[in-house]
Amino acid sequence: MAILVIVEHDNDSVLASSLNTVAAATEIGGDIDLLVAGHNCGGVADAAAQIAGVSRVLVADSAEYGYGLAENTAPLIAGMAAQYSHVLAPATTYGKNILPRAAALCDTAQISDIIAVIDADTFQRPIYAGNALATVKSAEAVKMITVRSTSFEAVASEGGSASVEAVSATGDAGLSAYEKSELSSSERPELTSASIVVSGGRGMQDGSNFAMLEKVADKLGAAVGASRAAVDAGFVPNDYQVGQTGKVVAPELYMAVGISGAIQHLAGMKDSKVIVAINKDEEAPIFQVADYGLVADLFDAVPELEKEL
Amino acid sequence: MKILVPVKRVIDYNVKVRVKPDQSGVELANVKMAMNPFDEIAVEQALRIKEAGQAEEVVLVSVGPQQSQETIRTGLAMGADRGIHIEAGQDVEPLAVAKLLTAVVGKENPSLVLCGKQAIDDDSNQTAQMLSALLGWSQATFASGVELAGDKANIIREVDGGLEHIEVSMPAVISVDLRLNEPRYASLPNIMKAKKKPIDSLSVDELGVDISPRLTVLKVEEPEARQAGIKVESISELVDKLKNEAKVI
Repeated sequence: MAILVIVEHDNDSVLASSLNTVAAATEIGGDIDLLVAGHNCGGVADAAAQIAGVSRVLVADSAEYGYGLAENTAPLIAGMAAQYSHVLAPATTYGKNILPRAAALCDTAQISDIIAVIDADTFQRPIYAGNALATVKSAEAVKMITVRSTSFEAVASEGGSASVEAVSATGDAGLSAYEKSELSSSERPELTSASIVVSGGRGMQDGSNFAMLEKVADKLGAAVGASRAAVDAGFVPNDYQVGQTGKVVAPELYMAVGISGAIQHLAGMKDSKVIVAINKDEEAPIFQVADYGLVADLFDAVPELEKEL
Repeated sequence: MKILVPVKRVIDYNVKVRVKPDQSGVELANVKMAMNPFDEIAVEQALRIKEAGQAEEVVLVSVGPQQSQETIRTGLAMGADRGIHIEAGQDVEPLAVAKLLTAVVGKENPSLVLCGKQAIDDDSNQTAQMLSALLGWSQATFASGVELAGDKANIIREVDGGLEHIEVSMPAVISVDLRLNEPRYASLPNIMKAKKKPIDSLSVDELGVDISPRLTVLKVEEPEARQAGIKVESISELVDKLKNEAKVI
């Protein structure tokens, strides 16, 4: 068995989600090849060759792969898939955009967002926003799978010595063009890989009040997140969103401030190791999943917390 | 221009789902069903494009049991023009749905397919991408901004790090994210009007698509429930517990 893992990167460095995806491949077992599709991405390929447990790094370095457009990248993956028993990609917006397109080109049913490997054909995945877990067996010749990063502990980014080989590019499909990105720039760690996350909900009342959470986050070296209610209310941008429709996080510590705990939000954070809830409504469902709950007005509690830290 | 909008009948998002005791799936009997919320956003966007004079017709299509016609009616009451129902009893996998939709696109010749980014039952997030692949069309997923300009569309996509702007050629398959718009409520007169709008029925056989499943669901179970912990009385007690008991700060 050989497994192909699609590396998520920004043409500069390997993103953490790739290391979690390699971890899932290691659990399945077999030779692991990585595909780095990008433009001027030689540095990424060299870094990928250091990842523990990898046999080969296949590099498709060409302008049409520069921005991860699905119409260009999917045919490349589809052309390579038949040589593998499994093709894995991270279940991030990058992987979710590309892999189903590649799977359809291979006439293969995809398994999305796996959280556990049962055996080489059988995987567990959440359905209904994580309110149920399905165990799914695939009879496909090539299993095409996206992997939930937070469910697999990242493999070491160093210690490997894979060979690096170039693969031919498949050309520009000419269907879409990248224009620009508006990426949130922050000195804080990235939400999905942070070990501490401090999130605010509708109870924050206003976007400017998130400054209070940011102060706490900075003292803890934490990322700042938000519930969908806070995003819908326009307090913070959507890339802060934790939940079924946003990001899934599983940090060591998750602090939910002014978040009631809708099912939709719990789906994105209930695998956190320790959960703290601060809410003035003692009936709020968030307290049913919190290890430590504090019934208090957040406008008193959060500044006090910042002082205590 | 014609816009095709696939809509799915799912358990209403407010309902707490229950796993069946025999672990064969989730309980669907006597459970309130509704249109997948992301599909509602797609219907709304299609209607706005039509109201802006950029499309002439909005056609809904649903794959599923007989009751999927109710879901189509919901969209017709919002303002869509007509519906197509493809009767299918079993749970149809995204790849098979994409093949059925490809066949419908062949009959209807829309210039744009607007889909929800995922259905909130199986959370697969595949159908739009697969449909786009099978048609060989442009693909724009997770859209929070859609602007049509002649034979191009300018799309703002919700990606993990923020937003991405792309330009796609028409025809295109676009999957929509939450912040694209706020779907309208159907007014009573429009609900009455919707009852007279046509829904055509097509069979899977007529469309010549093999929808037999490729994946087997061995079991469906409840996730391990998280136990509620303790209530602390003060911030200083909280900080103490986090430092000395949980040892996470």
